[in-house]
Amino acid sequence: MSTQLSLGRIARAVAAKDLRIELRSRVVINQIFPFAGLVMVMFAFALDNDDVLTRVAGGLVWLATLFSLIIIIQRSFAVDSADGALEAQRVAGLNPAGIFVGKALAVMVQLVTLEIMLFFAAVVLYRVELHSDGAVLLVTCVISATAGLSFVGTLYGGLTAGARGRETLLPLLMLPVVAPVLIGATRATESAFMSGGAAVSDGWPWVGVLVVFAAVFGLGGILSFGSLIEE
Amino acid sequence: MSIVVDLRDAVVVFNGFPALAEASIEVQRGEIVLLQGPNGAGKTTLLRACAGLLPIVRGEASVLGVDLCVDRQSVRPRVGLLGHANGLFADLTIRENVLFWAQMVGASEAEVVSTLQRFGIDGRLAEQKVMQLSAGQKRRCALACLVVRRAELWLLDEPHAGLDASARDEIDAIIREACAAGATVLIASHELERARGLATRSVSVIAGRVVS
Repeated sequence: MSTQLSLGRIARAVAAKDLRIELRSRVVINQIFPFAGLVMVMFAFALDNDDVLTRVAGGLVWLATLFSLIIIIQRSFAVDSADGALEAQRVAGLNPAGIFVGKALAVMVQLVTLEIMLFFAAVVLYRVELHSDGAVLLVTCVISATAGLSFVGTLYGGLTAGARGRETLLPLLMLPVVAPVLIGATRATESAFMSGGAAVSDGWPWVGVLVVFAAVFGLGGILSFGSLIEE
Repeated sequence: MSIVVDLRDAVVVFNGFPALAEASIEVQRGEIVLLQGPNGAGKTTLLRACAGLLPIVRGEASVLGVDLCVDRQSVRPRVGLLGHANGLFADLTIRENVLFWAQMVGASEAEVVSTLQRFGIDGRLAEQKVMQLSAGQKRRCALACLVVRRAELWLLDEPHAGLDASARDEIDAIIREACAAGATVLIASHELERARGLATRSVSVIAGRVVS
Protein backbone atom coordinates (compact mmCIF):
# COMPACT_ATOMS: atom_id res chain seq x y z
CA MET A 1 0.00 0.00 0.00
CA SER A 2 1.28 3.44 -0.87
CA THR A 3 2.34 5.82 1.85
CA GLN A 4 1.96 9.57 1.59
CA LEU A 5 4.73 11.96 2.52
CA SER A 6 4.60 15.22 4.39
CA LEU A 7 4.21 18.53 2.58
CA GLY A 8 7.84 19.39 3.35
CA ARG A 9 9.29 16.24 1.81
CA ILE A 10 7.13 16.53 -1.31
CA ALA A 11 8.11 20.21 -1.65
CA ARG A 12 11.80 19.33 -1.30
CA ALA A 13 11.58 16.57 -3.91
CA VAL A 14 9.63 18.77 -6.36
CA ALA A 15 12.03 21.71 -5.89
CA ALA A 16 15.07 19.47 -6.34
CA LYS A 17 13.51 17.96 -9.46
CA ASP A 18 12.74 21.38 -11.00
CA LEU A 19 16.21 22.71 -10.23
CA ARG A 20 17.85 19.57 -11.62
CA ILE A 21 15.83 19.98 -14.83
CA GLU A 22 17.01 23.58 -15.04
CA LEU A 23 20.63 22.60 -14.46
CA ARG A 24 20.34 20.03 -17.25
CA SER A 25 18.52 22.20 -19.78
CA ARG A 26 20.26 25.48 -18.78
CA VAL A 27 17.34 27.51 -20.12
CA VAL A 28 17.63 30.11 -17.34
CA ILE A 29 21.39 30.44 -17.73
CA ASN A 30 21.57 30.32 -21.52
CA GLN A 31 18.35 32.16 -22.43
CA ILE A 32 16.73 34.04 -19.55
CA PHE A 33 19.91 35.59 -18.11
CA PRO A 34 20.95 37.00 -21.51
CA PHE A 35 17.34 38.14 -22.10
CA ALA A 36 17.21 40.01 -18.77
CA GLY A 37 20.67 41.47 -19.40
CA LEU A 38 19.54 42.67 -22.80
CA VAL A 39 16.48 44.32 -21.26
CA MET A 40 18.79 46.22 -18.89
CA VAL A 41 21.01 47.32 -21.78
CA MET A 42 17.99 48.39 -23.86
CA PHE A 43 16.70 50.48 -20.96
CA ALA A 44 20.11 52.15 -20.79
CA PHE A 45 19.97 52.93 -24.53
CA ALA A 46 16.39 54.18 -24.32
CA LEU A 47 16.89 56.49 -21.33
CA ASP A 48 20.50 57.47 -22.19
CA ASN A 49 20.93 59.74 -19.19
CA ASP A 50 23.08 58.78 -16.21
CA ASP A 51 21.05 60.75 -13.68
CA VAL A 52 17.74 59.32 -14.86
CA LEU A 53 19.17 55.80 -15.00
CA THR A 54 20.55 56.06 -11.46
CA ARG A 55 17.20 57.38 -10.25
CA VAL A 56 15.09 54.63 -11.90
CA ALA A 57 17.56 51.74 -11.63
CA GLY A 58 15.50 49.96 -8.95
CA GLY A 59 12.37 50.00 -11.10
CA LEU A 60 14.25 48.76 -14.15
CA VAL A 61 15.75 45.85 -12.23
CA TRP A 62 12.31 44.78 -11.02
CA LEU A 63 10.74 45.24 -14.46
CA ALA A 64 13.42 43.00 -15.99
CA THR A 65 12.73 40.52 -13.17
CA LEU A 66 8.98 40.54 -13.94
CA PHE A 67 9.55 39.90 -17.65
CA SER A 68 11.91 37.05 -16.80
CA LEU A 69 9.46 35.65 -14.23
CA ILE A 70 6.89 35.12 -16.98
CA ILE A 71 9.35 33.00 -18.96
CA ILE A 72 10.56 31.08 -15.90
CA ILE A 73 6.99 30.22 -14.85
CA GLN A 74 5.98 29.17 -18.36
CA ARG A 75 9.07 26.98 -18.56
CA SER A 76 8.44 25.53 -15.08
CA PHE A 77 4.98 24.28 -16.06
CA ALA A 78 5.87 23.41 -19.66
CA VAL A 79 8.39 20.76 -18.53
CA ASP A 80 5.70 19.22 -16.33
CA SER A 81 2.92 19.37 -18.92
CA ALA A 82 4.91 18.19 -21.97
CA ASP A 83 4.55 14.45 -21.30
CA GLY A 84 1.70 14.61 -18.80
CA ALA A 85 3.95 14.72 -15.71
CA LEU A 86 1.82 17.34 -13.96
CA GLU A 87 -1.23 15.15 -14.46
CA ALA A 88 0.77 12.15 -13.24
CA GLN A 89 1.51 14.03 -10.01
CA ARG A 90 -2.18 14.87 -9.67
CA VAL A 91 -3.26 11.30 -10.43
CA ALA A 92 -0.76 10.00 -7.88
CA GLY A 93 -2.54 12.06 -5.26
CA LEU A 94 0.55 14.06 -4.27
CA ASN A 95 -0.32 16.78 -1.81
CA PRO A 96 -0.92 19.77 -4.15
CA ALA A 97 0.30 22.15 -1.45
CA GLY A 98 3.64 20.29 -1.56
CA ILE A 99 3.79 20.63 -5.34
CA PHE A 100 2.98 24.36 -5.03
CA VAL A 101 5.62 25.05 -2.39
CA GLY A 102 8.22 22.93 -4.23
CA LYS A 103 7.69 24.67 -7.56
CA ALA A 104 7.65 28.11 -5.88
CA LEU A 105 10.93 27.31 -4.07
CA ALA A 106 12.60 26.32 -7.34
CA VAL A 107 11.35 29.53 -9.01
CA MET A 108 12.63 31.51 -6.00
CA VAL A 109 16.15 30.09 -6.33
CA GLN A 110 16.21 30.91 -10.05
CA LEU A 111 14.86 34.42 -9.49
CA VAL A 112 17.33 35.26 -6.71
CA THR A 113 20.21 34.15 -8.93
CA LEU A 114 18.83 36.31 -11.73
CA GLU A 115 18.34 39.31 -9.43
CA ILE A 116 21.95 39.14 -8.19
CA MET A 117 23.02 39.35 -11.84
CA LEU A 118 20.59 42.22 -12.51
CA PHE A 119 21.74 44.26 -9.51
CA PHE A 120 25.33 43.73 -10.61
CA ALA A 121 24.32 44.95 -14.09
CA ALA A 122 22.64 48.00 -12.51
CA VAL A 123 25.85 48.87 -10.68
CA VAL A 124 27.88 48.55 -13.88
CA LEU A 125 25.43 50.03 -16.42
CA TYR A 126 23.49 52.58 -14.35
CA ARG A 127 26.28 53.48 -11.90
CA VAL A 128 24.14 53.02 -8.81
CA GLU A 129 25.92 52.85 -5.47
CA LEU A 130 24.94 50.61 -2.61
CA HIS A 131 25.80 51.93 0.83
CA SER A 132 26.27 49.63 3.78
CA ASP A 133 23.17 51.18 5.45
CA GLY A 134 21.01 50.08 2.54
CA ALA A 135 22.42 46.57 2.15
CA VAL A 136 20.19 44.97 4.81
CA LEU A 137 17.14 46.72 3.38
CA LEU A 138 18.02 45.56 -0.14
CA VAL A 139 18.55 41.93 0.91
CA THR A 140 15.26 41.89 2.86
CA CYS A 141 13.46 43.52 -0.06
CA VAL A 142 14.88 40.97 -2.53
CA ILE A 143 13.89 38.02 -0.34
CA SER A 144 10.34 39.20 0.37
CA ALA A 145 9.64 40.45 -3.19
CA THR A 146 11.04 37.25 -4.70
CA ALA A 147 8.89 35.13 -2.41
CA GLY A 148 5.78 37.11 -3.43
CA LEU A 149 6.61 36.88 -7.14
CA SER A 150 7.31 33.14 -6.91
CA PHE A 151 4.07 32.40 -5.09
CA VAL A 152 1.93 34.45 -7.50
CA GLY A 153 3.76 33.07 -10.52
CA THR A 154 3.34 29.46 -9.40
CA LEU A 155 -0.31 30.02 -8.56
CA TYR A 156 -1.11 31.53 -11.96
CA GLY A 157 1.19 29.07 -13.71
CA GLY A 158 -0.90 26.24 -12.27
CA LEU A 159 -4.10 28.02 -13.23
CA THR A 160 -3.08 28.47 -16.85
CA ALA A 161 -1.05 25.24 -17.27
CA GLY A 162 -3.83 23.38 -19.05
CA ALA A 163 -5.44 26.38 -20.71
CA ARG A 164 -5.47 27.14 -24.39
CA GLY A 165 -3.40 30.25 -25.19
CA ARG A 166 -1.57 29.98 -21.84
CA GLU A 167 1.47 31.85 -23.22
CA THR A 168 -0.53 35.07 -23.47
CA LEU A 169 -2.99 34.30 -20.69
CA LEU A 170 -0.30 34.04 -18.01
CA PRO A 171 1.10 37.59 -18.33
CA LEU A 172 -2.41 39.02 -18.81
CA LEU A 173 -3.58 37.50 -15.54
CA MET A 174 -0.37 37.74 -13.54
CA LEU A 175 1.06 41.18 -14.29
CA PRO A 176 -1.82 43.21 -12.77
CA VAL A 177 -1.66 41.08 -9.63
CA VAL A 178 2.09 41.60 -9.13
CA ALA A 179 1.81 45.38 -9.55
CA PRO A 180 2.01 45.89 -5.73
CA VAL A 181 5.31 43.95 -5.71
CA LEU A 182 6.68 46.08 -8.52
CA ILE A 183 5.73 49.28 -6.68
CA GLY A 184 6.86 48.12 -3.23
CA ALA A 185 10.11 46.54 -4.39
CA THR A 186 10.97 49.57 -6.53
CA ARG A 187 10.40 52.02 -3.66
CA ALA A 188 12.35 49.86 -1.21
CA THR A 189 15.21 49.44 -3.69
CA GLU A 190 15.33 53.19 -4.36
CA SER A 191 15.60 53.72 -0.61
CA ALA A 192 18.35 51.12 -0.37
CA PHE A 193 20.24 52.90 -3.17
CA MET A 194 19.34 56.29 -1.59
CA SER A 195 18.49 57.46 -5.09
CA GLY A 196 16.54 60.71 -5.57
CA GLY A 197 17.28 61.76 -1.98
CA ALA A 198 15.41 58.80 -0.48
CA ALA A 199 16.38 57.64 3.01
CA VAL A 200 16.93 54.00 3.92
CA SER A 201 14.24 54.19 6.59
CA ASP A 202 11.65 55.11 3.90
CA GLY A 203 12.03 51.64 2.41
CA TRP A 204 11.03 49.52 5.42
CA PRO A 205 7.26 50.17 5.23
CA TRP A 206 7.39 48.96 1.60
CA VAL A 207 9.18 45.80 2.74
CA GLY A 208 6.27 45.32 5.14
CA VAL A 209 3.90 45.46 2.16
CA LEU A 210 6.03 42.88 0.33
CA VAL A 211 6.04 40.53 3.33
CA VAL A 212 2.25 40.73 3.68
CA PHE A 213 1.83 40.16 -0.08
CA ALA A 214 4.09 37.09 0.02
CA ALA A 215 2.30 35.70 3.08
CA VAL A 216 -1.16 36.17 1.53
CA PHE A 217 -0.26 34.55 -1.79
CA GLY A 218 1.83 31.83 -0.15
CA LEU A 219 -1.08 30.82 2.05
CA GLY A 220 -3.57 31.30 -0.78
CA GLY A 221 -1.49 29.04 -3.02
CA ILE A 222 -1.15 26.32 -0.41
CA LEU A 223 -4.91 26.30 0.11
CA SER A 224 -6.07 26.62 -3.50
CA PHE A 225 -3.42 25.02 -5.75
CA GLY A 226 -5.15 21.64 -5.60
CA SER A 227 -8.41 22.99 -6.99
CA LEU A 228 -6.55 25.03 -9.62
CA ILE A 229 -4.83 22.02 -11.17
CA GLU A 230 -7.87 19.75 -10.75
CA GLU A 231 -9.96 19.05 -13.84
CA MET B 1 -10.32 -12.88 -3.87
CA SER B 2 -11.26 -9.31 -2.98
CA ILE B 3 -13.08 -6.85 -5.20
CA VAL B 4 -10.84 -4.01 -6.36
CA VAL B 5 -13.22 -2.18 -8.71
CA ASP B 6 -16.95 -2.17 -8.11
CA LEU B 7 -19.04 0.18 -10.24
CA ARG B 8 -22.82 -0.10 -10.16
CA ASP B 9 -24.89 2.01 -12.56
CA ALA B 10 -22.21 4.69 -12.39
CA VAL B 11 -22.83 7.86 -14.37
CA VAL B 12 -20.00 10.24 -15.31
CA VAL B 13 -20.80 13.45 -17.14
CA PHE B 14 -18.02 14.86 -19.29
CA ASN B 15 -18.50 18.22 -21.04
CA GLY B 16 -22.24 17.99 -20.43
CA PHE B 17 -22.42 14.56 -22.05
CA PRO B 18 -22.91 11.29 -20.10
CA ALA B 19 -19.61 9.61 -21.04
CA LEU B 20 -20.44 6.76 -18.67
CA ALA B 21 -24.15 5.92 -18.65
CA GLU B 22 -25.07 3.55 -15.82
CA ALA B 23 -21.89 1.51 -16.24
CA SER B 24 -21.41 -1.53 -14.01
CA ILE B 25 -18.24 -3.58 -13.67
CA GLU B 26 -16.66 -5.71 -10.98
CA VAL B 27 -12.95 -6.53 -11.03
CA GLN B 28 -11.25 -8.94 -8.62
CA ARG B 29 -7.71 -8.54 -7.28
CA GLY B 30 -5.07 -9.96 -9.63
CA GLU B 31 -7.30 -9.85 -12.72
CA ILE B 32 -6.23 -8.33 -16.05
CA VAL B 33 -9.40 -7.00 -17.60
CA LEU B 34 -9.48 -5.77 -21.18
CA LEU B 35 -11.87 -2.94 -22.01
CA GLN B 36 -12.69 -3.08 -25.69
CA GLY B 37 -14.95 -0.88 -27.73
CA PRO B 38 -15.03 1.77 -30.42
CA ASN B 39 -13.52 5.25 -30.06
CA GLY B 40 -15.59 7.50 -27.82
CA ALA B 41 -17.36 4.57 -26.18
CA GLY B 42 -16.19 5.59 -22.70
CA LYS B 43 -13.12 3.37 -22.08
CA THR B 44 -10.83 6.24 -21.14
CA THR B 45 -13.57 7.85 -19.06
CA LEU B 46 -14.03 4.59 -17.17
CA LEU B 47 -10.29 4.43 -16.43
CA ARG B 48 -10.18 8.07 -15.33
CA ALA B 49 -13.24 7.63 -13.15
CA CYS B 50 -11.59 4.61 -11.48
CA ALA B 51 -8.50 6.79 -10.85
CA GLY B 52 -10.71 9.26 -8.98
CA LEU B 53 -10.20 11.97 -11.59
CA LEU B 54 -13.82 12.32 -12.68
CA PRO B 55 -16.79 12.71 -10.33
CA ILE B 56 -19.47 10.01 -10.24
CA VAL B 57 -22.71 11.96 -10.48
CA ARG B 58 -25.05 8.98 -9.98
CA GLY B 59 -24.80 5.32 -9.05
CA GLU B 60 -22.21 3.64 -6.84
CA ALA B 61 -18.46 3.35 -7.32
CA SER B 62 -15.89 1.79 -5.06
CA VAL B 63 -12.21 1.33 -5.92
CA LEU B 64 -9.84 -0.45 -3.53
CA GLY B 65 -12.52 -0.14 -0.89
CA VAL B 66 -12.80 3.65 -1.25
CA ASP B 67 -16.24 5.05 -2.06
CA LEU B 68 -15.55 7.39 -4.99
CA CYS B 69 -18.89 9.14 -4.54
CA VAL B 70 -17.66 10.37 -1.15
CA ASP B 71 -13.88 10.65 -1.55
CA ARG B 72 -11.99 10.72 -4.84
CA GLN B 73 -8.65 11.81 -3.36
CA SER B 74 -7.59 9.03 -1.05
CA VAL B 75 -7.72 6.33 -3.75
CA ARG B 76 -5.27 8.17 -6.01
CA PRO B 77 -1.99 7.25 -4.29
CA ARG B 78 -2.94 3.55 -4.66
CA VAL B 79 -3.82 3.79 -8.36
CA GLY B 80 -1.53 4.19 -11.37
CA LEU B 81 -2.97 5.65 -14.58
CA LEU B 82 -0.88 5.45 -17.71
CA GLY B 83 -2.52 7.16 -20.66
CA HIS B 84 -1.19 8.25 -24.02
CA ALA B 85 1.44 10.36 -22.24
CA ASN B 86 4.08 8.68 -20.11
CA GLY B 87 4.14 11.27 -17.33
CA LEU B 88 7.93 11.49 -17.44
CA PHE B 89 10.32 14.43 -17.15
CA ALA B 90 12.16 14.57 -20.48
CA ASP B 91 15.25 16.39 -19.15
CA LEU B 92 15.82 13.88 -16.36
CA THR B 93 17.40 10.45 -16.70
CA ILE B 94 15.49 7.19 -16.29
CA ARG B 95 17.00 6.72 -12.83
CA GLU B 96 16.07 10.26 -11.75
CA ASN B 97 12.49 9.84 -12.96
CA VAL B 98 12.04 6.58 -11.07
CA LEU B 99 13.82 8.01 -8.02
CA PHE B 100 11.44 10.99 -7.98
CA TRP B 101 8.43 8.69 -7.62
CA ALA B 102 10.29 6.50 -5.14
CA GLN B 103 10.87 9.56 -2.95
CA MET B 104 7.15 10.32 -3.07
CA VAL B 105 6.29 7.04 -1.36
CA GLY B 106 9.41 6.78 0.78
CA ALA B 107 10.83 3.86 -1.25
CA SER B 108 14.53 3.16 -0.84
CA GLU B 109 17.25 3.65 -3.45
CA ALA B 110 17.79 -0.13 -3.37
CA GLU B 111 14.16 -0.56 -4.46
CA VAL B 112 14.82 1.79 -7.37
CA VAL B 113 17.91 -0.16 -8.41
CA SER B 114 16.10 -3.52 -8.31
CA THR B 115 13.13 -2.11 -10.26
CA LEU B 116 15.43 -0.73 -12.95
CA GLN B 117 17.10 -4.13 -13.21
CA ARG B 118 13.76 -5.95 -13.44
CA PHE B 119 12.64 -3.66 -16.25
CA GLY B 120 15.94 -3.89 -18.11
CA ILE B 121 16.56 -0.15 -17.90
CA ASP B 122 19.54 -0.22 -15.56
CA GLY B 123 23.25 0.40 -16.13
CA ARG B 124 24.22 3.00 -18.71
CA LEU B 125 20.66 3.17 -20.04
CA ALA B 126 19.44 4.37 -16.62
CA GLU B 127 21.68 7.43 -16.95
CA GLN B 128 20.19 8.45 -20.31
CA LYS B 129 17.81 11.38 -20.47
CA VAL B 130 14.22 10.35 -21.20
CA MET B 131 14.18 12.57 -24.29
CA GLN B 132 16.87 10.32 -25.82
CA LEU B 133 14.91 7.09 -25.36
CA SER B 134 12.82 5.05 -27.78
CA ALA B 135 9.04 4.84 -27.30
CA GLY B 136 9.36 1.35 -25.80
CA GLN B 137 12.05 2.41 -23.32
CA LYS B 138 9.90 5.39 -22.25
CA ARG B 139 6.95 3.06 -21.67
CA ARG B 140 9.08 0.70 -19.59
CA CYS B 141 10.32 3.67 -17.55
CA ALA B 142 6.73 4.85 -16.99
CA LEU B 143 5.69 1.37 -15.83
CA ALA B 144 8.75 1.24 -13.54
CA CYS B 145 7.47 4.46 -11.96
CA LEU B 146 4.13 2.74 -11.27
CA VAL B 147 5.96 -0.14 -9.62
CA VAL B 148 8.05 2.02 -7.27
CA ARG B 149 4.90 4.02 -6.49
CA ARG B 150 3.47 0.67 -5.33
CA ALA B 151 0.29 1.19 -7.34
CA GLU B 152 -2.20 -1.57 -6.55
CA LEU B 153 -4.50 -0.88 -9.50
CA TRP B 154 -2.96 -0.23 -12.92
CA LEU B 155 -5.18 1.63 -15.38
CA LEU B 156 -3.54 1.41 -18.79
CA ASP B 157 -4.92 3.32 -21.75
CA GLU B 158 -3.54 1.90 -25.02
CA PRO B 159 -0.30 0.65 -23.44
CA HIS B 160 0.90 -0.86 -26.74
CA ALA B 161 0.34 2.22 -28.88
CA GLY B 162 3.37 3.31 -30.89
CA LEU B 163 5.53 0.33 -29.86
CA ASP B 164 7.20 -2.28 -32.03
CA ALA B 165 6.56 -6.02 -31.55
CA SER B 166 9.45 -6.67 -29.17
CA ALA B 167 8.59 -3.64 -27.03
CA ARG B 168 4.98 -4.88 -26.86
CA ASP B 169 6.17 -8.27 -25.68
CA GLU B 170 8.23 -6.58 -22.97
CA ILE B 171 5.26 -4.50 -21.81
CA ASP B 172 3.07 -7.63 -21.68
CA ALA B 173 5.68 -9.43 -19.58
CA ILE B 174 5.84 -6.49 -17.16
CA ILE B 175 2.04 -6.43 -16.82
CA ARG B 176 1.91 -10.19 -16.15
CA GLU B 177 4.68 -9.87 -13.58
CA ALA B 178 2.84 -7.00 -11.84
CA CYS B 179 -0.31 -9.10 -11.62
CA ALA B 180 1.63 -12.03 -10.24
CA ALA B 181 2.92 -9.63 -7.58
CA GLY B 182 -0.65 -8.72 -6.60
CA ALA B 183 -1.57 -5.78 -8.82
CA THR B 184 -4.87 -5.57 -10.68
CA VAL B 185 -4.90 -4.23 -14.23
CA LEU B 186 -7.55 -2.63 -16.43
CA ILE B 187 -6.45 -2.16 -20.04
CA ALA B 188 -8.22 -0.13 -22.70
CA SER B 189 -6.90 -1.20 -26.06
CA HIS B 190 -7.65 -1.40 -29.74
CA GLU B 191 -4.95 -4.06 -30.18
CA LEU B 192 -7.52 -6.73 -29.48
CA GLU B 193 -5.61 -9.83 -30.50
CA ARG B 194 -2.61 -8.98 -28.34
CA ALA B 195 -4.64 -7.62 -25.44
CA ARG B 196 -6.95 -10.67 -25.39
CA GLY B 197 -3.89 -12.89 -25.08
CA LEU B 198 -2.78 -10.86 -22.09
CA ALA B 199 -6.14 -10.37 -20.34
CA THR B 200 -7.79 -12.85 -18.03
CA ARG B 201 -11.18 -11.45 -19.05
CA SER B 202 -12.52 -8.93 -21.52
CA VAL B 203 -15.57 -6.69 -21.46
CA SER B 204 -16.97 -4.32 -24.06
CA VAL B 205 -17.68 -0.68 -23.44
CA ILE B 206 -20.40 0.56 -25.77
CA ALA B 207 -22.00 4.02 -25.54
CA GLY B 208 -20.88 4.44 -21.94
CA ARG B 209 -22.16 1.04 -20.79
CA VAL B 210 -20.13 -2.03 -19.88
CA VAL B 211 -21.24 -5.21 -21.63
CA SER B 212 -19.75 -8.53 -20.50
